[in-house]
Amino acid sequence: MEFINQIINGLSTGSMYALVAIGYTMVYGIAKMINFAHGEIIMVGSYIAYVCLAFYGLPIPAAIIISMALTACLGIVTEKVAYKPLRGKGSLDILITAIGVSYLLQNIFLLLFSSSGRTFPNIIPAGNVNVGGLSATYITVITLVVTFICTGLLLLFINKTKIGKAMRAVSEDRQAAQLMGININTTISLTFAIGSGLGAIAGIIYGCKFSLINPYIGAMLGIKAFIAAVMGGIGSVPGAMAGGLMLGVAESLTISYISSDFSDAVVFGILIFVLLVKPAGLFGKNVREKV
Amino acid sequence: MSKLLQTKGLGIQFGGLKAVDEFNFEIDKGDLYGLIGPNGAGKTTVFNLLTGVYKPTSGRIIYKGGSLVNKSPTAITQMGIARTFQNIRLFKNMTVLDNVKVGLHHSHPYNLATAIFRFLPSFSKSEAAMDEEARSLLRVFDLEEFADDKAVNLPYGQQRKLEIARALATAPQLLLLDEPAAGMNPAETEELMATIKMVREKFSVAILLIEHDMRLVMGICEKIAVLNFGTVLAFGTPEEIKNNPDVIAAYLGEEE
Amino acid sequence: MVKKILKSKTLGGFGLCIAVFIILNVLMMTKVLNSYWRGVAIVCCINIILAVSLNLATGYLGQLTLGHAGFMSVGAYTSAILSIHLGLKTSQSPVIFILCLLAGAIMATLIGLLIGIPILRLRGDYLCIATLAFNEIIRVVFVNLEITNGSKGLIGIPYMTNFLYVYIFMAITIYVVYALVNSRHGRAIISIREDEIASELAGIPVTYYKILAFVVSAFFAGLAGGLYAHYMTIIMPSTFDYNKSVEILVMVVLGGMGSLPGSIIAALLLTLIPELLIQFSQYRMLIYAIVLIAAMILKGSGAGERILSKLPFRKTKRIEVSGNE
Repeated sequence: MEFINQIINGLSTGSMYALVAIGYTMVYGIAKMINFAHGEIIMVGSYIAYVCLAFYGLPIPAAIIISMALTACLGIVTEKVAYKPLRGKGSLDILITAIGVSYLLQNIFLLLFSSSGRTFPNIIPAGNVNVGGLSATYITVITLVVTFICTGLLLLFINKTKIGKAMRAVSEDRQAAQLMGININTTISLTFAIGSGLGAIAGIIYGCKFSLINPYIGAMLGIKAFIAAVMGGIGSVPGAMAGGLMLGVAESLTISYISSDFSDAVVFGILIFVLLVKPAGLFGKNVREKV
Repeated sequence: MSKLLQTKGLGIQFGGLKAVDEFNFEIDKGDLYGLIGPNGAGKTTVFNLLTGVYKPTSGRIIYKGGSLVNKSPTAITQMGIARTFQNIRLFKNMTVLDNVKVGLHHSHPYNLATAIFRFLPSFSKSEAAMDEEARSLLRVFDLEEFADDKAVNLPYGQQRKLEIARALATAPQLLLLDEPAAGMNPAETEELMATIKMVREKFSVAILLIEHDMRLVMGICEKIAVLNFGTVLAFGTPEEIKNNPDVIAAYLGEEE
Repeated sequence: MVKKILKSKTLGGFGLCIAVFIILNVLMMTKVLNSYWRGVAIVCCINIILAVSLNLATGYLGQLTLGHAGFMSVGAYTSAILSIHLGLKTSQSPVIFILCLLAGAIMATLIGLLIGIPILRLRGDYLCIATLAFNEIIRVVFVNLEITNGSKGLIGIPYMTNFLYVYIFMAITIYVVYALVNSRHGRAIISIREDEIASELAGIPVTYYKILAFVVSAFFAGLAGGLYAHYMTIIMPSTFDYNKSVEILVMVVLGGMGSLPGSIIAALLLTLIPELLIQFSQYRMLIYAIVLIAAMILKGSGAGERILSKLPFRKTKRIEVSGNE
């Protein structure tokens, strides 16, 4: 039973990673860049929700919507200001710029809120769901449910709508998509908006789960989610989901059965193992270079 | 006496698809052969098999009496098979001279210590020898004036020549040219034909070339292999190929 | 003729190197540069070693790696533990100090070899994340080892690193990387960056050179780590996390991939800017971030190229890549 509970906990943490990983993977698929600042966007989402709830006492749904909308805007703005001028200049330059953006956001929030943590309001009551000997906290269950709903909606959006089709086309071949009359700029902006919006949800979940937020929370969350995305095969949404869940479970089992000191090392070790066996990740296509 | 290169039942499958199947072929020192066939017939795949880029799923490749199967591309090149590429693959941001020097790499094997102690005479001696050899190769292709330009800045025709020069720098006994005349106008093709003949004489190298330009193939190749759906449809002199009904059918499509 | 050019370039660099050293030393002796700035100069030299050595793996070989701080930490811990146990604090022996540094660098090389052989077949972003993962694994190991005193940090490392040492090791690093990339070995390394398949088919043993460049890069990172440990006298695993690797990568990219003068200048600037902003302490990382973004965008727009092309050192042929597309 204990073992299954740990798995459930892991799935819950993992689904939070998955939400963030989806943002990485979508942006990578469409803009072909690692958005190193994605972790910081999540931190911002978390703070916006905190301000809405703790300073202005807004109702929870309003706080969630405002946080999602503002982070989506932030995502679009960073893309337009920092990444767009470098489009086509090689991904390494954009990577460094993204690192700059990540430092920038982190330091803005350090100035605004200082490095000491803020207590995130309790929006999900403490308590357990008990089903036949298994027990999980509300937040654990809610996280899982929210993630699966979000991913489901996203997959529907990508696969069933016209805009989704445009996004897939851009990720397949940007130039060809452009020649077919797809507006690249709009598609990329939209991708950043969706990725960042999902990030805001992840940020809020983080706040509820750990009830303490600081300007550094995005960094490690970002790295882990990025690892999840790579493990699943970067560019693939189901891959990001699978990678996130795997990572969460591995982490949870390591903490409860081995040692919390080594949980990060185990996570990174799994990543390396996966990459050595499948160099393009679990769901990634191993494209053979044409000679 | 065995031939320079022989393949026996050579084949490769991608998934279930047989890209090349039962490819039997031979070429000897100093031969100039052509490999033709419709698009997708597997011509470049044959080159990739011969140079170790792909591992064959069946058959044998015998080069100078030894097997090439499971040898790395690097090893095969060092053993004396060099090639060019259908879509030019130069080291774009390196100078023209350095492109050729990369080809000379394994024939001038001074070690790391020599490189570090570059102020000692052994370094400058080796480098000067490499420099001279590279320049004389460039001279053959009228490229010496561009020696210090970046390869990417060369005009298209010159880039094709540089690729051949780089391949020759590896001191091959067999040179594989993948569509050397692609994108060239008739005058340039004419010049290329002369260059290829000259290369064979001057470097006493066997040449196998893939080409769609029939004038070039028929004009300079002694024998031609026609590839269709991964298998050899016909093998013979240009005259024989021209009159082979199977070849005509493969190229023009059979009348029903 | 070739001989002359090779000699004069090497000699010119050597002369410049000595001149800069003499000027800095005079400035330090006359107290124009006080002990604070002497410390900054030492950190500058260490960062130059790090940037120049990473440039070999990332700029010349073209492999995006984010684990340089990991190798640095291996060198730092190995040399520090050795020097503590060998009683360097009391003996102050330069020979033992240099041997400790070399031991650290060799250890970093071995770890580099161990990591490099399996993961260098990964490409682009996958390699980047795998090296980052190794960086973090190394850090976690140091946090959990007893001999490293865990996250509290290793203390009591003898203070041995002075300006003379770092300057000499920096000069050696720059020279070795320069000599390497301007030889047949360097051409092989650069050709791998340009086109791996074409390189193989030009007879280059690609795997050997990938590992060679990676391992040499790790060696000098380890050396820099040793120098750093014996300058700081206390080292903590958290100093060598992936953020440090990112910092070094930023220097390389900003300075221009495959450009030694670029790496040197970028390492200097990115070390000095935060120091110059010290009185605005709370804003300095903010300014650093803005400068970084602005510099990258400017560089991308070609403005930087135009300005830099006017400078004399840019006249040498310079090879740049745009990274992995």
